[in-house]
Amino acid sequence: MYGKGLRELSIATVAVMAVALALVFFWAPLEAEQGFLQKIFYVHVPLAIVSLCGFVVGGVFAIQHLRTRDSRWDMRSYVAIHMSLIFGVATLITGSIWAKGSWGHWWEWSEPTLVSFLIVFLLYATYQPLRFAIEDPERQSRYASVFAVTAGAFVPLNFIAVRLSSEYLHPRVLGATSNLPWQMSLTFVVSLLGVALLFTTLCKYELTVKHTRMQLRALRRLAERRDGATSGATSARRARSAAPSVHATAMTARPPRAAGGTTGAAGAPRVARPGS
Amino acid sequence: MAGSLLAELPALPLHTAGKYVAGAYVVLFALVLVYVAIMAIRQSRIERDLAELLAREQAAAAAEREPAQQESSLV
Repeated sequence: MYGKGLRELSIATVAVMAVALALVFFWAPLEAEQGFLQKIFYVHVPLAIVSLCGFVVGGVFAIQHLRTRDSRWDMRSYVAIHMSLIFGVATLITGSIWAKGSWGHWWEWSEPTLVSFLIVFLLYATYQPLRFAIEDPERQSRYASVFAVTAGAFVPLNFIAVRLSSEYLHPRVLGATSNLPWQMSLTFVVSLLGVALLFTTLCKYELTVKHTRMQLRALRRLAERRDGATSGATSARRARSAAPSVHATAMTARPPRAAGGTTGAAGAPRVARPGS
Repeated sequence: MAGSLLAELPALPLHTAGKYVAGAYVVLFALVLVYVAIMAIRQSRIERDLAELLAREQAAAAAEREPAQQESSLV
């Protein structure tokens, strides 16, 4: 289900990233003040934008999950937030490298842009421990969705608050104050597209792997139940996990709204017995 | 052909901030590489589990078939 179109998406991602790198290093002009160091901008800013958008998208998926109680939305929200955290790590590291080259030190605590991004990152860093702390999968997914919606709403508010701040060192590359030459703007847009495609591809890849693992788990449980019915043995309980557990029927077809789309008390996907 | 194409490309001013720029891009590609490697390990684990499950199912099917064959030979 999730693997559909993954190959085409991967090829498109590699192609756009290659074009973006070629534009960055061999076509975009050197910036007058920063020179070659400004090339970091083409990777750092798209990473930050895609990461923040990913957090918001995770919140939108969480709203869908709360509305429909379909566990697939919870899975999508989880993967979007997980991927945004990875992109957030890359943003912080590339930003620190740029700061070292430009300002002479790795971090500036008085700079609102940096600190606000760190706050958002640390806020989302609590997402996985929150999930892991709740054993009941139904409650886990519901609480995680509420967290994702609340934190997702915080992201644009935080962004606007920083933009309204008058004292900052961090350069503004988007908006009325930026006067990028068109070659730089085009290179930036291609880089942004490449990073966005990378985010989408990796999300799709992770969803495919998780979905396949869930299907396999459901299949194994089915086999264990059948063996248990003949030998009298009981199946093993699912190990505690922060990752969402998808309803077995949700893997193949959309579950009816009345069914709730929830998992069993022990976190095991509900699997129909053969012949039932 | 690739060599002549590379020779045509303008030289990068790596002497100034080259290490920082290289560091930033290497970080991104290293993160992606590590992530893809983790996913590949998970995928190989799934394949292994699937093969194990298939072997178990085949063994169970063979075990079910044997008594049925014995019954038919007795009849």
